[in-house]
Amino acid sequence: MADVNRGNRPLSPFMLGQYYRLQMTSFSSIMVRISGILVLGLALLVVCWLLAAATSDSAFALVDGVLRSWIGDVVMTGGVWALWYHTLGRLRHVVWDLGYCLDVRVAEKLGLGMFVGATLLTIVTLIAV
Amino acid sequence: MRYLTDRKRALGLGSARTGTDQHWQMLVRSIVMGVLVPLFVFTFAAGFGGTRAEVLAYFSHPCAAIVTGLMLVVGLVHLMHEANEAVEDYIHGVAGKLSLVAVKAFAFTLIAIGLFALVKIAL
Repeated sequence: MADVNRGNRPLSPFMLGQYYRLQMTSFSSIMVRISGILVLGLALLVVCWLLAAATSDSAFALVDGVLRSWIGDVVMTGGVWALWYHTLGRLRHVVWDLGYCLDVRVAEKLGLGMFVGATLLTIVTLIAV
Repeated sequence: MRYLTDRKRALGLGSARTGTDQHWQMLVRSIVMGVLVPLFVFTFAAGFGGTRAEVLAYFSHPCAAIVTGLMLVVGLVHLMHEANEAVEDYIHGVAGKLSLVAVKAFAFTLIAIGLFALVKIAL
């Protein structure tokens, strides 16, 4: 059986938007991926900020000024939310992989819990700053 | 006629070429992130938003430097795998292979620059 039809197998179609209705489980899962990629991109800002701090007063003033402007605040807050959300999403995978909370109703609650949890943690982070 | 048995060919392979290793490593990194991200977010938030002298003093403290260093390496490696998982799913062929390399190059460049900055600040 292992040699049958190698390299000529049907591929699964891209389902989103055409045949598949988005639901909490899949939406929260897609958001884990998007938030992860977003945070990887935004890490560039944090690394630039560290490099600027290590380099000179003028470099730091420039980068720190951008990150602490109102648009920087929006981006950083979004980044923190995405990082919290992504982390909660990865922990959900751990819970699932260990065999818990696989019931659809519970899984849907976990998805909602990730959005609420990430938002609460972001608020806590903003208060802590 | 192949002389290898099906079992021999399946050993250590599977569709991912590495068996379940990728999945297991993702699980490990997920648990690590569950601890590291709260540590980093609150550590970084406390050091963010001061004068340059305050920032330099804060990040030269061992705790802040170590947590930031861990996040730079472990966190970015995790996010790199996260992005590469998406690349593997949606981009195929030559573009897919080059994208994997590009993501890896981006992540490790960030790690190197971040660690350089951290060492310069902390030491």
